[in-house]
Amino acid sequence: MNTIDMDRLKTGEVNLGTSIMAVQFDGGVVVGADSRTTTGSYIANRVTDKLTYVHDRIYCCRSGSAADTQAIADVVHMALQQFAQANGGHPSVHVAATLFESICYSNKDALSAGIIVAGWDKESGASVYNIPLGGGLFRQPWAIGGSGSTYVYGYCDATYKEGWGRDETVQFVKNTLSLAMARDGSSGGVIRMAVITEDGVERLFVPGNELPTFWEGLEVLGKPGKQPGVVPMAVEPL
Amino acid sequence: MTSIGTGYDLSASTYSPDGRIFQIEYASKAVDNSGTAIGLRVKDGVVLAVEKLVHSKLLVPGANRRIQTIDKHIGLASSGLLADGRQIANKARDEAANYRDNYREPATLKALSDRLGLYVQAYTLYSSVRPFGCSTILGCIDKNGPSIYVIEPSGVFHGYHGAAVGKGRQLAKTELEKLKLSELTTREAVFEAARIIHLVHDDAKEKEFELEMTWIGDETKGRHLPVPQDLFEEADRKAKEALENFE
Repeated sequence: MNTIDMDRLKTGEVNLGTSIMAVQFDGGVVVGADSRTTTGSYIANRVTDKLTYVHDRIYCCRSGSAADTQAIADVVHMALQQFAQANGGHPSVHVAATLFESICYSNKDALSAGIIVAGWDKESGASVYNIPLGGGLFRQPWAIGGSGSTYVYGYCDATYKEGWGRDETVQFVKNTLSLAMARDGSSGGVIRMAVITEDGVERLFVPGNELPTFWEGLEVLGKPGKQPGVVPMAVEPL
Repeated sequence: MTSIGTGYDLSASTYSPDGRIFQIEYASKAVDNSGTAIGLRVKDGVVLAVEKLVHSKLLVPGANRRIQTIDKHIGLASSGLLADGRQIANKARDEAANYRDNYREPATLKALSDRLGLYVQAYTLYSSVRPFGCSTILGCIDKNGPSIYVIEPSGVFHGYHGAAVGKGRQLAKTELEKLKLSELTTREAVFEAARIIHLVHDDAKEKEFELEMTWIGDETKGRHLPVPQDLFEEADRKAKEALENFE
């Protein structure tokens, strides 16, 4: 049996069941991710940093196999260093995304990696590139990825607006990730974000107890006795 | 007569006692005895011009282009052994295509010159090959603006505002230094280039010659193209007039 079963992790392999996203705004990008790494149902790392530096103003968000994405990011990191040396300038996000794509596509059979590349460069300003499993390259104003992203497509489609500033974009990322983490078992922990602009990279951190909350399910089921006719979920002694 | 190598000049892998590699210097001689090529980097573009010495009346005029196009936005003119120049042009095309393959954007002239410089230098290391007998002028407009680089047979390369290689380079350089290149437009540079080539040819008083010019600029939308016929003829005519006045 020579093919690799993509649905099963290889022995000892660790999964970045994940929620990642990147959103472009005028003057920069905000990248964000949850912090959960799992091996099966065991949370191997609950404070993972999935936002990886590849160049001064270019970061990537990693989802899929932790080993695969780390290896790819290392290769691209080195290639961008060489590019910057040979060309005497900062590489563009487009170049970084192309390098990721060429690795992901040519090794598509062996890799399990969904990567979002985002950053700022002088030629194009802010940009976000999504590289899903097959190794295609898609430039988008905003991109979400990982197992948790499936639960928030509706929220993102309904909420995203062009023309936001930095703070509104950060709030959008925070809300989206929080919703994804609330519903996806493979996502959780803390929210890590980075705001990348011409002036630099600002790292933001939202601890698990300060995540934005939405419907918590308490409004419908009131305290026992208050709403006659409504049966509580569990029978508790009064 | 320049100093003869006397035994230290038989191969490129031998130094002379005073630290020179004579084969490389002899390669430069091949360049110095050949037709002139010049390049001008101006405010918004680049112009390349070559003095094509015509050795037979049977040659088809306008054929046998000397200035090559590399990718879409780079021009390459060489002086010296013409076959060597073509080899470098082919290598430049490979490198530019390879760059595009890897990075999905057109190569910058800086990166391409670096690669070609390394390539030319590699042929100065071994006794089994000879150094390239040509100097190459590369002109381009990339994301950093217009630029000109010259690669010598030793593999050394520099960026220039104005460059000249070949027989008439001394006179050409003097003329180029008189110009305020960073203020000229590409059109004006075409006229100046034609004038300079006519000037250096006349000085050499060789056989018949043909002028070949190409340009890259706003009027070509960043592509490396031969100067259009009407502009070419006007520049040629003006150059001949200027020559009469010069004398």
